[in-house]
Parts: sequence; C-alpha cells; structure tokens
Amino acid sequence: MAPAANHSTDTVLNAREDARAQGGQVSDWMPYLPASASPFCPSDVDPDSLTWAETVAPGNYTHKVVARGTRIRLEDPTGEACAHTLVYNALEPTERLNVADTQKIPWQAYLGPGHPLLSGDGRVLATMLTDSSGRHDAFCGTSTGAWNALRYGTALPEGPAPAGRDLFVKAAAKHGLGPADVPPSVSFFQGVRVTADGSFDWLGSSGAGTAVDLVAEIPLIVLIANVPHPRDPRPEYIVGPLRVHAWRTPSTTPTGPGDERFGASPEIQRAYLNTLDYAEARGL
Amino acid sequence: MRPVTTIPVPLTTHLTPDGQLISSVPVGASYTEGSPLDWSGPLVPGAVVLDEQVAPRASWSGVVRAGQVLTIVDVGGNQSGDCLLYNAGDTDERYSAPDTLAWQNNAYIRTGTVLRSNLGRPLMTVVGNEIDRQDTIGGACSRESNTLRYGHHVMYHHGCRENFLTEGAEHGLGMRDVVSNINWFMNVPIEEDGALGIVDGMSAPGKRVALRAETDTLVLISNCPQMNNPCNAFNPTPLRMVVTEPADDVDYEGDA
Repeated sequence: MAPAANHSTDTVLNAREDARAQGGQVSDWMPYLPASASPFCPSDVDPDSLTWAETVAPGNYTHKVVARGTRIRLEDPTGEACAHTLVYNALEPTERLNVADTQKIPWQAYLGPGHPLLSGDGRVLATMLTDSSGRHDAFCGTSTGAWNALRYGTALPEGPAPAGRDLFVKAAAKHGLGPADVPPSVSFFQGVRVTADGSFDWLGSSGAGTAVDLVAEIPLIVLIANVPHPRDPRPEYIVGPLRVHAWRTPSTTPTGPGDERFGASPEIQRAYLNTLDYAEARGL
Repeated sequence: MRPVTTIPVPLTTHLTPDGQLISSVPVGASYTEGSPLDWSGPLVPGAVVLDEQVAPRASWSGVVRAGQVLTIVDVGGNQSGDCLLYNAGDTDERYSAPDTLAWQNNAYIRTGTVLRSNLGRPLMTVVGNEIDRQDTIGGACSRESNTLRYGHHVMYHHGCRENFLTEGAEHGLGMRDVVSNINWFMNVPIEEDGALGIVDGMSAPGKRVALRAETDTLVLISNCPQMNNPCNAFNPTPLRMVVTEPADDVDYEGDA
C-alpha cells in the first residue's frame, strides 16, 4: 500500500519520525495538558489551580475523577452544547446520580443555582453553584441508539450521530463500570418545560456563552456526553463544543454549614449533613 | 420546629407469656384492619396464568411473557405500586423513565404509553388505565432519602429501595440495577414553575392498570411501605397481580 502523501513511513525510523512530527498540533477540541496551559482559562480562575481543562468535541464524551471540593465549570461557547452528565461516588460507584431524588427532594424539577445533584443514598454528590443558562433538563435523559436511528437514520457510536447512552457506556467502562451502571442522566444547556397536560415544551439553548459551576461534594467520577438533547426538534444532528474547566484552591471547599446553600431548605440541610457525616467517617 | 415526641416503647422484641408479640422494631405504616378493599379482576379478558396478592409493605416479582397482560389492581386505593421492569433475558436492559418520557414527549404515563428500556426499546405497553395519569417522576422511597424528606428519625423505616434490593437479589440484581421507577397509582403533578411533589392520589379501591409485555419482562414491585407521604394515606393496602393470556380478538384500548 502506498504511503499517504507527505508521509514517509517505509522504515521504522521514518515511521517514528513521521509519527513524532504530528505532535504539538492544535485542534478546536482537545484536552489541555497541563490544565494550566488551557487557552480558555476563565478570567476569574488562577490557571495554576486548574486540574482539568478540555474542549469536548461535538458528538463525543469525556470523563474524569475529581477530588472533593473541586469546582467544575461547564461552558457552552456556541449555544449548541448539550452536556449530558452523570456523577458517581468515586469511592463506591454504586452510589450515583439519582434524578428522581434530585427532582423530588428539593420539590423542584428544574435545575438551577443551589440545586443539589443527589444520589439515591441520601447524599449530595455535587451542587450547582452558578448558572447563567437556566435551560437544563432532568426529565428526558440522553439519547439511545434506537432514538438516534429513528431521528437521524444512524446511531453508530463511530458515525455522525452517536447516541449519548452509547458514549456513557464507553466512558463508564473506562472506570470498570458496565452498562448496568449507567442510570438516567441530567443535561445542561438544552432544556424542556412541562406543560399543563404533561407534554414537553422545547426550550432549547439560551444562546452562546453560558456556563454552569458545580462543586464536587465528595470524590466524583464525572461522565459527560456532548450530544443533542433527545427532544431537539431540528432534523439535523446539531451539537457544539463543550468547554470544561475544573480547579481547586483553598477557597473551593465542599458545601459546609457556613454556606448559604447549606440551610436552603430542611431537606437540603439534611442531605448535606449526611454528606459531611459520610466524608468524616471516610476520612475525606 | 415541632417538639420531639417520645413514645414509650419496649426496648426489644419479645413474646409475652400469653403469646403476644411486643416489639419496638419500626415496621413502617400499618395496615388498618377493615379498610375497604376491592379485589377487582383482570382488565383485559383472557385466560388467567397467574393471580397473586402482594401484602401491604411487601415486594413481588414475576416474569410476564411477551404478549401476556399484567393487570395490577389497586385493591385498597391510592396504594403506590413502585415498579421496575427488566428484559427477562438480559437485565442490563431495564426500564428507563427518561426514554419513556422523551419518546412520548410527555411527563406522565397514560393509556398507550410505551414503557421503554434504557436502549429505547419497548418493554411493556399500557393497554388499560383506570386513573387519570400514572407517575414515573417521583422515584422510590428509601431509608436514606426519607431522612432528607422527613428527618433522621425515620432512618429505620422500611422503604421501596429496600424492597427492590431484597426482591431484586432473587434475580441477581443489586444496587446498580435500581433506577428511576414507575409509581402505579401515585399522583405527582409538575407545576408550571417546576414545583413537584407527591399529593393526594386519584385512585380508588379496585382501580386497575394493564400492561402488555412486548418482550419477556421481569417485573419488580414494591408495595410502598411509605408511612410519611400521602401515597397510601398512611395505610398500606394489598395489590393484586393478575397475568392473563389475552384472547385472540382483544381490541386494545392503547393501540393506534
């Protein structure tokens, strides 16, 4: 087989030379290592405190284990990102996001500032701190292969319209988790609202440049699939890049009694108490 | 904050000399003897292949074969039947509340709702429903989540998650297999501003829902032991589970 144009790979030395010459290139979507090298470090964040910096490609996924107290900022630079998100207790991944409790315990279905992402075990995995989008969803989950095949005619994970669930399964596998460990997810930046008869009104995105800040209340496995929301009515598979920055400083602590959100409601206060109790017993 | 009420109780479980069991073990809400019960019957006509009762607070499981119809009877009215469904041949495929809702573009379950799996495929179809709408948003109660809703004093109450774990263990299922569930006969309205919660039910003794299996489906039921919300008026009542082999000429209400 003839080598590709401009590549000389006929010997091991040439192949090594060729491979090494490809390093150092820049893409619109890539992780930035070290994280402090991120070209998109938020202006209010010290680059040296960054622990995760990445632009997630459209139709793709990322995953990371983050320490307790880490701040995670998700940004939608084009207004077309949709961050389907799952969080797990990194120490015991059978504890994971539970969307039913996340909606039921705060008596509120729509995610916004101060909203806890609850596990099924009575604890807060992460808390939404700030939110300039306001268009998120905890009803519809992410897309499946069957859904994307119906909507876009293809759902191959390696194809042009991968489904969120398939990407979650890949991301989960990289932490030793199987398909049974992928529960319903929440999505950031593309939302729906429930009308009086129960039907969903499509809100879509609130536009380019919005962001959500989360704080990890315990060590977390974070899985993110950046794919269209299943109720996105557009016939094309449209999704934009998703920017992720996470950082730790002495002030990025998990939620404690001194924080306003700690006592926001009796239910939430008890959830934080349970979380602190767990962290204390675990020596975190 | 309301004052804490301490009810004097025996410190242990023991039998008195006259055979009476006295216990301080919290068992959840208790069934009120003499509650109005209507055992009703299958919603879709056909040969009965299984007919079982689920005691108040207890769990149940069974496999409904493709084409068979499961009628769940709310024998005492407003008794939440917390329910999880699995593909009986591969339990990694299980009920998915978000897929069910996203496919039908509606937050409630009604006649005609296809109960879909995490792969988007039909597990069962609601082919009969005698109340306005059924819930799949409210989730299941558990020891842990009850501490958030009601306070740490309810930690030792039995809940649906505990029922799911006990019943699921019979089928090799564990914590990772418990996902957002369906609550038959429970009422969880979602207000315009996103407020939601469990409110007084719309069911009544003898009301039914009928589910046709689209594939061999393992059904897990927790007959909700909850003693702190209105789903069973603090009086858990039985459920009746009837599986029928429908007659050939059945005209399903839910089918287009």
